[in-house]
Amino acid sequence: MKDRTIGGILLTALAYFVALVMFFPILWMLLTAFKTEQNAFTIDPHFLFVPTLDSFRVALEQGSGYLHYALNSVVSAVVSTLVGLLLAIPAAYAMAFFPTKRTDFTLVWMVSTKFIPAVGVLIPIYLVYKQLGLLDNLVGLTLLFTAMNMPLLVWMVYSYFKDIPKDLVEAADIDGASTLQTMRKVILPLALPGIASAGLLALILAWNESFWSLTMTDHTAATLAVYIASFKSAEGLFWAKMSAASVLTVAPIIVLGWFAQRQMVRGLTFGAVK
Amino acid sequence: MSSPAVAVPSRSKPAASKAKANLSGAPVRRLLAPAVIFMFVWMIVPLVMTLYYAFRRYNLMMPDVTGFAGITNFKLMFIDPTFWDSLINTLVLVGASLVITVSVGLGLAILFNRTFVGRGVARTLAIAPFFVMPVVTGLIWKNMLFHPVYGLLAWVFRHLGLNPIDWLAQYPMLSIIIMVSWEWIPFALLILLTGLQSLPEDQIEAVRLDGANRWQEFRHIVVPHLGQVLYVVVMLESIFFLTSFAEIYTTTSGGPGTATTNLPYYIYQSAFFQYDIGISSAAAIGAVILANIFSIFLIRFVAGNLNAGSRR
Repeated sequence: MKDRTIGGILLTALAYFVALVMFFPILWMLLTAFKTEQNAFTIDPHFLFVPTLDSFRVALEQGSGYLHYALNSVVSAVVSTLVGLLLAIPAAYAMAFFPTKRTDFTLVWMVSTKFIPAVGVLIPIYLVYKQLGLLDNLVGLTLLFTAMNMPLLVWMVYSYFKDIPKDLVEAADIDGASTLQTMRKVILPLALPGIASAGLLALILAWNESFWSLTMTDHTAATLAVYIASFKSAEGLFWAKMSAASVLTVAPIIVLGWFAQRQMVRGLTFGAVK
Repeated sequence: MSSPAVAVPSRSKPAASKAKANLSGAPVRRLLAPAVIFMFVWMIVPLVMTLYYAFRRYNLMMPDVTGFAGITNFKLMFIDPTFWDSLINTLVLVGASLVITVSVGLGLAILFNRTFVGRGVARTLAIAPFFVMPVVTGLIWKNMLFHPVYGLLAWVFRHLGLNPIDWLAQYPMLSIIIMVSWEWIPFALLILLTGLQSLPEDQIEAVRLDGANRWQEFRHIVVPHLGQVLYVVVMLESIFFLTSFAEIYTTTSGGPGTATTNLPYYIYQSAFFQYDIGISSAAAIGAVILANIFSIFLIRFVAGNLNAGSRR
C-alpha cells in the first residue's frame, strides 16, 4: 500500500536523503577518482569538472604495483574460500545428516571460534609463522583467511543442508551409494545455491580483511588492503590516485555485496535472524 | 537436545537405523575431522599459547631473559596507564558506536520498511558502506572528508560560517566513532529491516482497528518482536567493535597521545614496537575475556536457536 499523504511523501524524501548521505563518501571517492590531482586537492571542492581516466592509468601503471597486490588479493580470497568450502562441506554434511550426541556441541564450538578476537591469537601465530617462514607468505595468509571464515562457512552450509529432507540421503544409502557418491550426486546439486552464497560471503569478507594482512604481510604477499593503507603516509598529495586505486578495490565488492544482502543476514547472525 | 536423532526413526525407522549402522562411526568422523582439526590448530592452539606467553618473561629484545613470570606481566600491565587508557577507549568506542548504529539503524529500518518508489535503490545505496574495505574507509574519511583545510567537511563548515574543525586532532575518538558507525549502520539497518519484515502484520492490523496510535503500535508490537533481533545486533556489533583496528591504523595510529589507542591497537603496539610478548599476551587475554563476556550470551542464544530449529 502506497502512502500518498504529505507525511508519506516527506518520509520518502527523508529516506532518499539519508540514503544519499550514507552513500556520499563513496560517491565522493568515485568523483575524485575521475579528477586530476590538481582538481582533487582544492580548498573549494569541484563538483563539476571534466572527467579524466588519468588517475586510473597512474594507479594501474607498472611502477605502482597495483596488479601485484590485486593478484594477491584475488588468490588469497578465492583460494581461502575454496579450501574453506572443501573442509566445511563434509563437516556440515556429517553434522546435518548424521547427528550424534556431540553434534550440537561441535557446531556451537565451531561458531564460537568466530568470536575469539584476532588479537587473542595474533602473537603466537606471528611467532610460529616467523619460525616456519610463513610471514609475508601467500600460503600463510590464505590459511589465516580460511580459519577466519570457517565458522561462517560451516554454519551456513549446515543450515542449507538442514533444509534438505533426510530421506534423500537414506534412500541413496539403501540404493547402495557410498557416502561420497550421495554427497556429490544427491546433496550438493540441491544445496548448490546455498553453498554459492556462503562462498560469496566468505569471498567478500576475505577480500576486505585487513587485520591479518596488515600484521602478517609486508610486500611479497601483501594484499590490496596493505597497498591502500600505504597511502596513509603520503598525505594530501595523491588524492585522485588514492581514490582511483580505492575505487578499483571496492567497486567489485560493493557489486557482489548487493547480490549477497539476504544471505549476509542469515550468515552473519548465525541463523538468529531470518 | 537429541531431538534430531529422535525425529528420524519416527519417519522411516528401518532406513534410518541402516544409515546409522553404515555411517555413525568412522566415516562420519572422517568427514568432520579435517574442519575440526583445522580450527583447533589455527584458533585453539594459538589461544593456549597466548595464555602460556602471558605467564612468561618474553621480550624479543632481551632473548636471555626467559622463564616463568607468574603474574608479573599482568601487574606491569595494570600499572601501565596506556593499558587503562586503551581499555577505557575500547569501551567508549564500543558503547558510543553501539548507541549510534542501533538507533540510527533502527530509524532507517523503519524508514525503509515502507513501500515507496525507488526503495530498492535507496536501500542499496544506504547499505553500500558496509562493503567498503575498512582501510579505504579510514583513508577516505581522513583525507577527503576530515581534512581541516581541503576536506569536504571543512568546506561545509566555512559555508555555514563556522570555523572548520581539525577532526582527527581535536576530536580523535569522535572521528573514529563516526567512521565505525558509518560502516556499521548498514549492518544494523539490514538485520533490523529483516526483523521488521517478519513482523506479524495481522497483529498490527488488529491494534490499528482498536484505535492504537503509531507510538502504541511501535511500543507494544514492534518493540517486543524486535527485541530479539536487537539483542543479536548488539551482541554481534559489540564483538566486532571490540576488535576495530584498520580504521585506527590508517587514521590516527592510536593518537594523538593515547586518545584513540584501543585494546587491539595497544596489543599490536606492545608486541610489534616494544617487542614485549609477555605483556602483549597478557593484554590479549584481557581482550579475549572482554569478548567472551558478550559472546557467551550470543553463543547461548545461537545454541538455543539450534534446538528450536530442529523441533520445527
